[in-house]
Amino acid sequence: MIVDFSLIIDSIPKMLTGLSLTLQLLFVSAFLGTILAIILLLMRISGRWYLQWPAVVYIYIFRGTPILVQIFIIYHGLPQFEFIRTSIFWPILREPYGCAILALSLNTGAYVSEILRGGILGVPRGLHEAGSALGLSVRQRFIYITTPIAVRLAIPAYSNDIVSLMKATALASTITLLDMMGIARTIVADTFAPYEVFISLAVIYMILTLIIQKSFGWFERYMSRYLKKEA
Amino acid sequence: MTINEGQPIIVLENVAKFFGKFQALKNINLTVAKGEKVVVCGPSGSGKSTMIRCINRLEEHNSGRIIVNGNELTESEKDIDAVRREVGMVFQSFNLFPHLKVVDNLMLAPRLVRNTPKPEAREIAMKFLTRVRIADQADKYPAQLSGGQQQRVAIARALCMNPEIMLFDEPTSALDPEMISEVLDVMTDLAEEGMTMIVVTHEMGFARSVADKVVFMDQGEIVEMNPPVEFFESPKSERTRLFLSQILTH
Ligand SMILES: Nc1ncnc2c1ncn2[C@@H]1O[C@H](COP(=O)(O)OP(=O)(O)O)[C@@H](O)[C@H]1O
Ligand SMILES: [Mg+2]
Repeated sequence: MIVDFSLIIDSIPKMLTGLSLTLQLLFVSAFLGTILAIILLLMRISGRWYLQWPAVVYIYIFRGTPILVQIFIIYHGLPQFEFIRTSIFWPILREPYGCAILALSLNTGAYVSEILRGGILGVPRGLHEAGSALGLSVRQRFIYITTPIAVRLAIPAYSNDIVSLMKATALASTITLLDMMGIARTIVADTFAPYEVFISLAVIYMILTLIIQKSFGWFERYMSRYLKKEA
Repeated sequence: MTINEGQPIIVLENVAKFFGKFQALKNINLTVAKGEKVVVCGPSGSGKSTMIRCINRLEEHNSGRIIVNGNELTESEKDIDAVRREVGMVFQSFNLFPHLKVVDNLMLAPRLVRNTPKPEAREIAMKFLTRVRIADQADKYPAQLSGGQQQRVAIARALCMNPEIMLFDEPTSALDPEMISEVLDVMTDLAEEGMTMIVVTHEMGFARSVADKVVFMDQGEIVEMNPPVEFFESPKSERTRLFLSQILTH
């Protein structure tokens, strides 16, 4: 096989014009998904069955089905319903961009809430007891003891989830969005050169992954500074 | 004899505690007078921790009554809060908040529970850190301290809430031998200042010199309770004698 370097040189800048859309999908979904995750988490640990139960079902559904199916249901399925087309959400759900953000946020919210719950379960019981013995209320213990420690414990898994989310943004190209993957597919359709284009694209995604991992690694070290033996 | 002087500050009456079907405490009766020092010993699993954890409601007793400084422990949040404000606790594993500097560990509860303003809370914290002889470590994180230092910080943290009563659950069991005395010294100071203390420990030297009475527990029961001299010189029950022979030969 002859590798067409000029094609690679041509196509990389073109694909990079989709970088901003890829990053938008990533950041907006990560932000909304994390807020959703916190709400789901609070429902799960509320101790009230009527809050716990819907959160458990929600998490099961969104972790138990492929994200591509979720995207298709939202993009192709929801407009079938009259009440969706007449609702105030229609301007968002009519656009593939809105549908992609919605699907990615709903999906990542389910995963992240489980990650955060893992962090909370990892906080040693003795610290809760020390807080109780000092007279701190449940809420005070949650805010001042559980949360800062749980966040640190959750960072590695959260970092992995953000990498997964970043890769999942490529699925937005299946509903006509021109993110990096969408642009790559149009280039391939024009040039019939899948190897050059997709391998270049893979390298770009790998660089993004590296940046995400390094950033979270730095954040984790910052959050763990108090565990170091020396000052 | 000073044992029955002063009004009772802790009363346990026929207290029983179950974990599922397992009965961890059976018919516990214990009265502690204000300023009294009680040492609790007994084999592992005999219910020592469970008993003192019932006193600040880290465990809920199933029957009987527990009255601390006039507040009976019931379901009521208000009574539990009232009791916890009077009772400080020190744990075997220190349980310092790892993400907070030493001084912030001490300031947290006064600020949140008593709404003490920050400068005042810091002043209180530094006062107690000085008393446990560790003021120079105020700006370190717990992980940067030795075990003995961490336990002294934990004692200071409890004292910042001005408790009437201090509970200690094997405070030196997790320490390297060379650090035990620095913690016991701080506890002895506290005893001399008149603090009411219940101390679960196997440090029999501490029991002899500090305790007003020694309680021996076995299988969820109080088997024997006597002033230290009687307790060590003429233990009444066979189980106590056996236990003493085991720990004193160690
Ligand atoms: N949370 C718990 N759940 C079930 N059993 C427990 C629990 N805590 C203590 N126990 C049991 O109760 C008994 C007394 O425990 P504990 O009070 O910790 O003993 P000690 O402090 O004297 O070693 C032990 O048999 C222990 O296994
Ligand atoms: Mg114990």
